[in-house]
Amino acid sequence: MKLTGAEIIWECLVREGVDVVFGYPGGAILPTYDALTKYPQIHHVLVRHEQGATHMADGYARASGKVGVAIATSGPGATNMVTGIATAMMDSSPIVCLTGQVGSRAIGTDAFQETDVTGVTLPITKHNYLVTKPGDIARAICEAFYIAASGRPGPVLIDITKDAQQMAAEFDWAAAAPRLPGYRPSYQAPATEFARAAELINVARRPLILAGQGILKSGATAEVLQLAATAGIPITTTLLGIGVIPASSEFNLGMMGMHGEAWVNQAIQQADLLIALGMRFDDRVTGNLKTYALNAKKIHVDIDPTEMNKNVPVDVALVGDLRGVLAQLLPQVRPAEHREWWATINAERGDAAVRDVQALPDSGHLYAAHVINDLWRATKAHDTVVVTDVGQHQMWEAQYYRHEQPRSLITSGGLGTMGFALPAAIGAKFACPDKEVWVVVGDGGFQMTSCELATIAQEKIKINVAIINNAFLGMVRQWQEFFYEKRYAATPLTGPDFVKLAEAYGLKGVRVTARAEVTGTVEDARAHGGTVVIDFRVEQEDTVFPMVPAGADLADMIRRPKRDVLAETGADREWQMPPAELAARPAAVKPARRKTARPPAALARL
Amino acid sequence: MAKHTRIAYVEDVPGVLNRVTSLVRRRNFNIDSLTVGRTEQPGVSRLTFVLEASEHAARLVEANLYKLVNVLRVDDLTHKPALTRELGLVKVKVTPETRAQVLQLVEVFRARVVDVDEATLVIEVTGTPEKIGKFDLVLRPYGVVELVRTGAVAMARGHEPLSSNPPLVRAEVAAEMPSETADLAMSV
Ligand SMILES: Cc1ncc(C[n+]2csc(CCOP(=O)(O)OP(=O)(O)O)c2C)c(N)n1
Repeated sequence: MKLTGAEIIWECLVREGVDVVFGYPGGAILPTYDALTKYPQIHHVLVRHEQGATHMADGYARASGKVGVAIATSGPGATNMVTGIATAMMDSSPIVCLTGQVGSRAIGTDAFQETDVTGVTLPITKHNYLVTKPGDIARAICEAFYIAASGRPGPVLIDITKDAQQMAAEFDWAAAAPRLPGYRPSYQAPATEFARAAELINVARRPLILAGQGILKSGATAEVLQLAATAGIPITTTLLGIGVIPASSEFNLGMMGMHGEAWVNQAIQQADLLIALGMRFDDRVTGNLKTYALNAKKIHVDIDPTEMNKNVPVDVALVGDLRGVLAQLLPQVRPAEHREWWATINAERGDAAVRDVQALPDSGHLYAAHVINDLWRATKAHDTVVVTDVGQHQMWEAQYYRHEQPRSLITSGGLGTMGFALPAAIGAKFACPDKEVWVVVGDGGFQMTSCELATIAQEKIKINVAIINNAFLGMVRQWQEFFYEKRYAATPLTGPDFVKLAEAYGLKGVRVTARAEVTGTVEDARAHGGTVVIDFRVEQEDTVFPMVPAGADLADMIRRPKRDVLAETGADREWQMPPAELAARPAAVKPARRKTARPPAALARL
Repeated sequence: MAKHTRIAYVEDVPGVLNRVTSLVRRRNFNIDSLTVGRTEQPGVSRLTFVLEASEHAARLVEANLYKLVNVLRVDDLTHKPALTRELGLVKVKVTPETRAQVLQLVEVFRARVVDVDEATLVIEVTGTPEKIGKFDLVLRPYGVVELVRTGAVAMARGHEPLSSNPPLVRAEVAAEMPSETADLAMSV
């Protein structure tokens, strides 16, 4: 069958099972857009910025486990995708990006809207292609989908010249099967390593499982829980591991790392064995590597051999697909309970539990933690996907929203990309139309990609957006508070009236300023037929506790001040002195601007 | 720190060298020399890397090379009986007084004079990288005008089958972790 390159593109996408793509047209991709009219089975979502297209494809992929597709034109269209591609790369999200390129004979001439897109995206893609002939399109797409989804997933970009889209070639899908002699999606670790791993587990007295996103990618939740149950091993998750192990599981201690639970980080430092499953010892979870888990032997299971010994030297490396590795390992693991170890952890946990903010009296302040915890209560009985942006609200969501299901939290972990949440949520909604999708986003990050509200309106989809509006670039302000003597340079931030903004897009907008209104507003938003944007005016100078300062030892956490309104219920432990350089902070400096005459922050501060 | 030699077999497709060098640059690996050329198999190019690195770092390089889709196989020649060769061209100043001495050195190093004029000689020398370094050193006093080296190419001796798995499929505790990792600059 002879088809144009443009038609071949759509034929391939149909065969890959694609029913929705996110894109933005332009000259170099116009032939492909023209051919789209012949493929009504594929729904094209017109985004408002190509970064949004990549985040949507990413959100779609993370919500569904399938490959997300984004399309853009050459030059500026393609370069606008860079942030989204890098985001997907860091979090191992399978997306395929198709970009138009100038005609093959114009390449290298600085033609109008020519950019070396394969060059630009080389270090931020798992692989990429420049296709200049229509006959090469099918195989490139077929390989791209395979590479994106297999092994450690990641983004693949295909740059297709305009003439390759216009010219015709024979289309033979069977002949387009991947030919990738050098591509090894997975490995099989030698049997001796399994024996060594089992031995370490069987002799450990204070073992701890570090659960990462790899468990989700591999679908190994059951195997991990079985390992924990068999050998009595507590589990802690990374940010991207949230939801992989149910929050309610008796084995789940909570999140580790910079804003992880204090008792979790203490447990890591005290453990005699860390079993790292599908996680990569990112600096946000290890703190100072020189003092990280020095008492522990380490077993690292990951599909990517380059992660082994990269940050933390390990004693046993099991390279392979997690589920298969655990299935092979489990029969060699002896039952154990580790009562003493659990008692140690529970003693730490007892006086530091932050969870029940609901029980606290309404002090007249609206705290983000309250908003998020109430949101959890109102939505937990429903199949909900929460998509968070980057900043304080992201950490509070991780702390106060309890996720029971894999893929119920979507967030930019590795790259920490502000502006991710709203477009990623659109992608998630297309992946799971029957699920309730909530965006939790700061007023800063929301303004980075709020143009996608128009996409929501045009597509008539229902998403709920909770803006945690603190009139600051909150997380940066927190760093300035702790490490730059409260010099709030460029972090106070204004925004539009978000209620009116929503209305301008034809959506519903609501403002919430009091705790008592939270649950009712959330319920109303859920019941409303269309997208609702809620502007939660929260405490402006609230702080995410606990916190391990960047590069500090994991045990050196800055703990919540004792008389904090959000204080851990019951007898809180004494305020722990932060490292010396933090202690020498001057008296409070008024922030540059306060919008409303709200009561001053009641947080007890140093 | 020691010298490590790795051979990578790569698909001969556009941009493959760029992918390899981009990896080296991005991961901040220190490369002594890198050569590339054809092989007995059509469509397959062969890269020879010489790294001045710890065992740990060299393994990371190797594992990362495996991750490139166009890299077919990587061999570690560091601990195998192997031949390593490099070619150098040296343009050295000569005077009627020194010419004989230089020619004697050429003889000793089994090098070849490939170009002559009244003031200079161009000498071709092959051998191990160390030998070429030595040759350069002994010619220095006469005045080396230009020196070019190809970088090393290497081949295992004998017919032992070569590995085709990344090194970390069996982990070794890396005795020396690069200290830089611990001091990573961190930002919001
Ligand atoms: C694209 C991008 N630019 C800058 C940053 C650095 N950064 C991290 S958190 C943050 C503040 C986020 O503010 P906001 O969106 O209001 O959320 P909040 O922290 O107040 O919850 C900034 C600027 C980033 N992560 N991403």
